[in-house]
Amino acid sequence: MKRSTRRRLVQGVLYAVLAALLLALVLAADWADIKTQFFASAGWTSWDSWGPLITVGAKNTIIYTVIAFAFGLLLALVLALMKLSPLGPYRWLATIYVEFFRGLPALLVIIFMAFGIPIAFQWTPPGGTVGAGLLALVMVGAAYMAETLRAGIQAVPKGQTEAARSLGMSSGRTTVTVVLPQAFRIVIPPLTNEFVLLIKDTALLSVIGMQVGEREVTTVARDFFSSGPTAGTATSLVQAAALYLVITIPLTQLVAWLERRQRRTR
Amino acid sequence: MSTPAIQVKDLHKSFGDNEVLKGIDFHVDNGEVVCVIGPSGSGKSTLLRCINRLEEANSGQVLVEGVDIFDPETDLDAVRSRIGMVFQQFNLFPHMSVLRNLTVAQEKVRGRSKKESVEIARANLDKVGLSGRENVYPGHLSGGQQQRVAIARALSMDPDMMLFDEPTSALDPELVGDVLDVMKTLASEGMTMMVVTHEMGFAREVGDKLVFMDGGVIVEEGDPREVLGNPQHQRTQAFLSKVL
Ligand SMILES: Nc1ncnc2c1ncn2[C@@H]1O[C@H](COP(=O)(O)OP(=O)(O)OP(=O)(O)O)[C@@H](O)[C@H]1O
Ligand SMILES: [Mg+2]
Repeated sequence: MKRSTRRRLVQGVLYAVLAALLLALVLAADWADIKTQFFASAGWTSWDSWGPLITVGAKNTIIYTVIAFAFGLLLALVLALMKLSPLGPYRWLATIYVEFFRGLPALLVIIFMAFGIPIAFQWTPPGGTVGAGLLALVMVGAAYMAETLRAGIQAVPKGQTEAARSLGMSSGRTTVTVVLPQAFRIVIPPLTNEFVLLIKDTALLSVIGMQVGEREVTTVARDFFSSGPTAGTATSLVQAAALYLVITIPLTQLVAWLERRQRRTR
Repeated sequence: MSTPAIQVKDLHKSFGDNEVLKGIDFHVDNGEVVCVIGPSGSGKSTLLRCINRLEEANSGQVLVEGVDIFDPETDLDAVRSRIGMVFQQFNLFPHMSVLRNLTVAQEKVRGRSKKESVEIARANLDKVGLSGRENVYPGHLSGGQQQRVAIARALSMDPDMMLFDEPTSALDPELVGDVLDVMKTLASEGMTMMVVTHEMGFAREVGDKLVFMDGGVIVEEGDPREVLGNPQHQRTQAFLSKVL
């Protein structure tokens, strides 16, 4: 047999196996059940479901993500600069912080901030339970973003610093006008990834019990799971999934595009 | 006798166990052009970088216009702003336009107004033959153009002296001439210059003094035509026979 013939034969078999598997899946699936459980029209075509999911859930998800990202980035910048400090104790503190929070489940930190701290100190962080949960997301997110920023800062060529210093710029001025703008450009794709991770991590807040107006997408969907027009079906959860994907897929595509563009201009 | 622009006394510098500068003494007078030549690894760049303290010397003294730059009381940023430095790899700021490259330090270090620094920047761009390129980003320029922008950036600070570290070594041969021409103009205007270079023609034509370094010491120095035409030391002879 010729090599090209054999290759085509192998490919044909692979496609046939795939087609058989798909066919088996389609035949085995209970389509009526899937429709009533996941795609109940009482949910998908009703503003009674979409209304709270979007105007409360999605809105709060976005607000929480932006807040956690902004403060997390700020803290991450401080940590990254500490990690690059010539002073040992600053470096050690930043390293301990980063290793500590990268090693813990975000869920544990959220529960700790929302329930552990208030019980231990009779004190609730500003913003109540939600504030405590967000604080936890900030602390965990900052640990990851600090590493990203540090790598970005170190990726700026040393000659840039030397050129700035030889013009008489102070070390701080050099960092602000020459190093950080270039570092941020380098880390935009990984930071966008962090943003997507945070969007998904805000769902963890559903464990801390929020006021009705404070609930994010997953919590709102979970409420509809047990009450409302689609109670007893998973429809509201599938709707929530659709909402997340509408936000996250364009962002991950954006990251891919940014990375391609960066590779081209290198 | 006036204070020399640069005076180096018994300068030593090591990287770990590797002693790169083994006691360097020399000076550059005001308005003088001093060229430094020598084999790769002889410490030329290190010497130049010790003069504005981009590299920390281990012992010895560097006086810039009489000011001891190793003295902790010295305002190092102020001294550096009076020493223009041009690097082999240009080191332009890639996220800033050509104009911004030339104005940013004028504003942030010299405290000049935006209007004044733009005027000075334009004059210096004109001087290096690149007027009209203000809004271009460095990545869109040829190596020779980038190096001329780098020279204009240094000149915009009105430095008292200029240090060049192999300014033409990273350039395609056909682009070297433009950069050397700019440097010749500077020299003829009386700029104090210290130039690490492999361009023997430039050293012979423009230099007031030639320094030959090898193995971390100055082996020979003197009038460029003398040193190049009639080298006294065997090591100088060996080096020149290879490069000429
Ligand atoms: N940052 C550094 N860390 C360790 N060693 C260094 C460093 N910079 C330079 N050296 C060493 O110091 C020696 C002198 O280097 P230097 O760059 O001053 O030589 P040079 O005369 O400029 O050579 P070239 O003509 O190749 O530029 C070399 O052996 C080099 O490996
Ligand atoms: Mg060198």
